Amino acid sequence: MNLLWKCAAALMLMPVALQAWAINVLACEPEWAALVKELAGDKAVVFSATTALQNPHHIEARPSLIARVRNADLVVCTGAELEAGWLPLLLSQSGNARIQAGRPGYFEAAQFVTRLEIPERVDRSQGDVHAGGNPHIHTDPRNVAKVAAALADRLAQIDAANAAGYRSRTADFLDRWQAAVRKWEQQAAPLKGMAVVAHHREWTYLAAWLGMRQVGYLEPKPGVPPTPSHLAGLLQTLQRDPAGAVVYSPYNDPRAAGFLSQRARIPALLLPYTVGGSEGAKDLFSLFDDTLARLLSARPSAKPSANPS
Amino acid sequence: MFRMNSLLLAMSATAAMSFSQAACAAGDTDLSELREQLRQLKTQYEQRISALEQRLQQAETALGRGGETARSRPAAAEPSPPPAQPARSAANAFNPAMSLILNGTYARLSRDPAGYRINGFVPTGGEVAPPERSFSLGESELVLSASIDPNFRGRLIAAIAPDNSVGVEEGYIETLGLASGLTLKAGRFFSAVGYQNELHAHAWDFVDAPLAYKAFLGNQFADDGVQVKWVAPTDIYLDVGLELGRGRSFPGGSAAGRSRNGAASSTLFAHVGGDIGESTAWKLGLSHLRTSPQGRSYDDADASGTTVSNAFSGRSRLWALGGVLKWAPNGNATLTNLKLQGEYFRRREEGSLTYDTAAASLGTQTGSYASRQSGWYAQGVYQFMPQWRLGYRRDRLNSGASSLGLVDTGALGAANFPILEGYKPTRSTIMVDWSGSEFSRLRLQLAHDRSRNDAGDRQLFLQYIMSLGAHGAHAF
Repeated sequence: MNLLWKCAAALMLMPVALQAWAINVLACEPEWAALVKELAGDKAVVFSATTALQNPHHIEARPSLIARVRNADLVVCTGAELEAGWLPLLLSQSGNARIQAGRPGYFEAAQFVTRLEIPERVDRSQGDVHAGGNPHIHTDPRNVAKVAAALADRLAQIDAANAAGYRSRTADFLDRWQAAVRKWEQQAAPLKGMAVVAHHREWTYLAAWLGMRQVGYLEPKPGVPPTPSHLAGLLQTLQRDPAGAVVYSPYNDPRAAGFLSQRARIPALLLPYTVGGSEGAKDLFSLFDDTLARLLSARPSAKPSANPS
Repeated sequence: MFRMNSLLLAMSATAAMSFSQAACAAGDTDLSELREQLRQLKTQYEQRISALEQRLQQAETALGRGGETARSRPAAAEPSPPPAQPARSAANAFNPAMSLILNGTYARLSRDPAGYRINGFVPTGGEVAPPERSFSLGESELVLSASIDPNFRGRLIAAIAPDNSVGVEEGYIETLGLASGLTLKAGRFFSAVGYQNELHAHAWDFVDAPLAYKAFLGNQFADDGVQVKWVAPTDIYLDVGLELGRGRSFPGGSAAGRSRNGAASSTLFAHVGGDIGESTAWKLGLSHLRTSPQGRSYDDADASGTTVSNAFSGRSRLWALGGVLKWAPNGNATLTNLKLQGEYFRRREEGSLTYDTAAASLGTQTGSYASRQSGWYAQGVYQFMPQWRLGYRRDRLNSGASSLGLVDTGALGAANFPILEGYKPTRSTIMVDWSGSEFSRLRLQLAHDRSRNDAGDRQLFLQYIMSLGAHGAHAF
């Protein structure tokens, strides 16, 4: 009888024990999954709802994702309406109270950074604009640091037993990150003033960080696929204001970038965009290493102080 | 605190400057312009101040929580961001998300939709007929939804019909995660019977519902009632649920004067779903709907050609088994993707059938009624390039042989129930659609509809479906 009670007690406590072992985290995008891994180590089991090959604007609210959200202690997403087409459904269909919007288990990274391109007038004639501003915030590593500080607090709040661990890991991460940012800023000096054409407005924060100029977009309006007439117009613009490269991400259709690259005789650069977007982008550090290496490959001859444009 | 004070100072200084400028300005228009600027300035500063207060509060709580946080914060490279929240006034900040769906069709039909019927099946009401010939406005849907408080979410979908009537398509409240995967819903909502039943018409891949939906669910089954759903804590998706309702629409049936406290319809459902690799996702569902219609009436022309009203009372049991599979290369549906969907329905109805309830022809008579009917549809929609999709659908129903007591006993001839004569309706449909964005879709659909046993109907539809306002999220 005694043994039976012990077994029953053990079974009942098992979920609690498992929770102490590791928290379940669902990240909407790979960059936040990578960040949780940095900050939580083995204290969290992390799953990313999307891969670098998937456009985070357009994801199906798949049953497998609902099952993940159902069991999540924390959902880490970008916010700023990036996931508006699928995340609300995952939350409402999961039946999980912990991760509903407004609860500690729901974390929106975009709340903790200065968003760019907040439209003064929100009208869909401007394409798929986000009232909350451009959501591709992680392409500026300084934003990643801000999100990391806030995320560490959240992890500590949700899993108080391991709070000290999260804080020390975060402090360590931020130290390494600051050093890396300084290194990247030095490496990227030749990119200052470089003009690029982007497929979508994914690189706004990167461009703002490195002082690059975005002179055009392959998409005529955000979220609208490139059209021949728009590309023709873009070619004319590039004759007046030449660009150093056309950049696109792994989930963009590469054909438009290829077309422009051929006609304008500028390199088409596939940038990893997020963790897993290229062979080299294995974590957040190598994501920026690889991104900068690819951008620098387009300007081998540029001197750090050149290009006053 | 110092920063806030200096900001206030700056604000009053700017305000004073603006006023002195305003005093110099002569014209009224200039004045009003300046007032507008001043107002904008004021709101901007109010926003900044409230944001600063918020940050101050955050900083205080962070300090209060322990030195660790305070130490880790300055490690962040940049000073904290200035407030970047979009401006919203307090009055409308809590307005529900609102969206409006507009749709319209042009139909070219070889047969008059006014005489539409699905032979072999008890007619389900006027809504199952194809859209009217020529141009017609579809139902305009107004969707309002929001969180009510930390516990509930609410949603209303009002359908404004082209005949200027307004109906409540859905209007329900739902819990925001009770505990352990449970969700409760109450109000009027699309039942979880079948797969497509829960999808709104604007999310359908074809202009009209599958024949099986027309024959077994009267297009779409929405009931007034409650639903409880449980999502299992497993890696593979699994849910089970139960609905209880008043059985207000087909296959239930509203009878005037029906008065009962209990539920007249109940649905049991279960779904499983998961991924196969990164490219494929699937979902399977099994559901069972029980209703007990009382005096569910329909019109038919009897042997003498007189239009009579007949009515069924008894039990209706419907099983639905269906699934959906979606494929996209690496799960990136932007370029190409494929969606396969199919469902099988089986229905048993037992009870009594009353002939000529209004005694318009041979007089009211009642006999037994029993039927076993089935049907299925299968469809595939392929996006072959961004914005363009091509789809094919096949429908087939089997009416089986209804057993009519009045005919078996020889009281009435079978010719008095022409619509219940055994038949196997079929339909083939192809469609191509173009989506300018997630918010607009134009569609061309061609169909050969053999719902009627005398001759097929060749149909051509042109349709637009547009959604305005809040960005909707579509269920899998």
